[in-house]
Amino acid sequence: MSDGIRLRFTLRHPGFALDVDLALPGRGITALFGPSGCGKTSCLRAIAGLDRVPGGHVSINGETWQDQSQHRFVPVHERSVGYVFQEPSLFAHLSVQGNLDYGFHRAGRPRGVDHAGIVDMLDIGGLLDRRTEGLSGGERQRVAIARALLGQPRLLLLDEPLAALDATRKAELLPCLARLHDHLAIPAIYVSHALDEVAQLADHLVLLGGADGVQSGLLAPMLARLDLASSFANDPCVVIDTVIGAHDDDDHLSRLDFDGGALFVARRPETIGRRLRYRVHARDVSLTLHQPEATSILNLMPARVIAVTDTETPAHVLVRLQAGEVPLLARISRRSWNALQLESGSPVWAQIKSAALLA
Amino acid sequence: MMLSSGDLAALWLTLRLACTVTVLLFLLGTPLAWWLARSRSPWTHPVAAVVALPLILPPTVLGFYLLVAFGPHGPIGVLTQSLGIGLLSFTFSGLVIASMLYSMPFVIQPLRNAFESIGERPLEVAATLGAGRCDRFFTVVLPLSRRGFITAAVLGFAHTVGEFGVVLMIGGNIPDHTRVVSVQIFDHVEALQYGQAHVLAGCLLVFSFVVLLTVYGSQPRLRSSR
Repeated sequence: MSDGIRLRFTLRHPGFALDVDLALPGRGITALFGPSGCGKTSCLRAIAGLDRVPGGHVSINGETWQDQSQHRFVPVHERSVGYVFQEPSLFAHLSVQGNLDYGFHRAGRPRGVDHAGIVDMLDIGGLLDRRTEGLSGGERQRVAIARALLGQPRLLLLDEPLAALDATRKAELLPCLARLHDHLAIPAIYVSHALDEVAQLADHLVLLGGADGVQSGLLAPMLARLDLASSFANDPCVVIDTVIGAHDDDDHLSRLDFDGGALFVARRPETIGRRLRYRVHARDVSLTLHQPEATSILNLMPARVIAVTDTETPAHVLVRLQAGEVPLLARISRRSWNALQLESGSPVWAQIKSAALLA
Repeated sequence: MMLSSGDLAALWLTLRLACTVTVLLFLLGTPLAWWLARSRSPWTHPVAAVVALPLILPPTVLGFYLLVAFGPHGPIGVLTQSLGIGLLSFTFSGLVIASMLYSMPFVIQPLRNAFESIGERPLEVAATLGAGRCDRFFTVVLPLSRRGFITAAVLGFAHTVGEFGVVLMIGGNIPDHTRVVSVQIFDHVEALQYGQAHVLAGCLLVFSFVVLLTVYGSQPRLRSSR
């Protein structure tokens, strides 16, 4: 069962060729990240079988959908795939319920599908009798996601489901996607060019359109790779998956534990043991050589310098650190780098000015 | 003024002809319109042009060619004779075939427009939800192009009712076989029976108005069409 996802094909358009050779985890969300026009959507279409890429191989957890050597090409409607398109694509001639039933009935009304749970998770219970033309963009997209899930797919493909929405609708849909992330038992591939969404939702990251071709790996180490930093716009960051370890009601703080360290943040409403993902921007991390004794900064942790690279501004450098098991990035001035006489292997204290909750 | 039995026979014949032609055009025209809307073949252009020819040609030209083709030495005439059907000219069957050609663009064009306006996306969505080709056609394409079908049916039917030149050329004027309403009116006028011509002409006028009202009434209004 857990063979994971195996993809091997070459996408060709006039003036464009992309070699894809990926082994992706058989569960969790994999983000396909890259600038517009780098072939993200073409990849999804090839996986779904909407575009027939010659040659190549597509298999999902042991089920082969396409294989050149076996002359096998399973047509789209026989692939157990859920596909959420960029623009909400509900059937205009059907009600919301009719849209949901379309895939559900064709999948043979699978018993294993938690129909009520999916409707709840996407918060569309109140929309079932509505016509689709009266729905907002966010509501349509939620219905489209539910419709895809009700077909009990073996793989969920999401093509920038937030891209066509305004900021308000985006904010409304993101929590739904985060809930989806927590409950999804099948693998999902999420196409996006927005680092925010990727940092919040993904477990695994595939970088397309970079200088060194296709790069693939777990999200946190990928984000901390200096050689890829230029792919993540001008705002390098890392994500840290934490578990709430304790609440301090006197100071109104919560302690978030992670491998080899802890963060303190303003008191969280969640219970102890709850998993939370935090994002730390490189610009919010500063370095000192000695443990600061009198400082207002709450989050201090010993770390080791691993490497350094130039940034897009000559005045700054980007430093890769290792704090316990967690990689960190710090964006500091070149003068500070020289003044502290830092080099690979130097022990430092990292001061984290702020961490933003992601999910 | 009452309708004479000849008038009633002409009305009944016209109705039969228009119904037959509309049904046959739906059966033949739907796949053809689908192919024209979907195919990327370079042949779509010449085929579309041929289908649209009756829009421009005088009906007498179409009727003339059909008369020659249906005749004893024409290609269709030779074929129908060898099949033992005899000649099609001056028969109801011949009239049906001629009317189909004549009314074809009025059925094909609305259907083609409707199919094209659906776009690729709903079909792709349906495919990812497990719907095969036929399933997609009947559960997505047909309902989404409902208005196109209404328009095509009404226009195809009405246009067949209104034809005159083609009928005269290949159908002649045989009561109960090829004498349709438009020919009957012509006969009344020729015989200076203006009263009877008025009644029949009035029937067609009201019919045409109702038809157009149906077509426009079934179209989405601009302000609510979003």
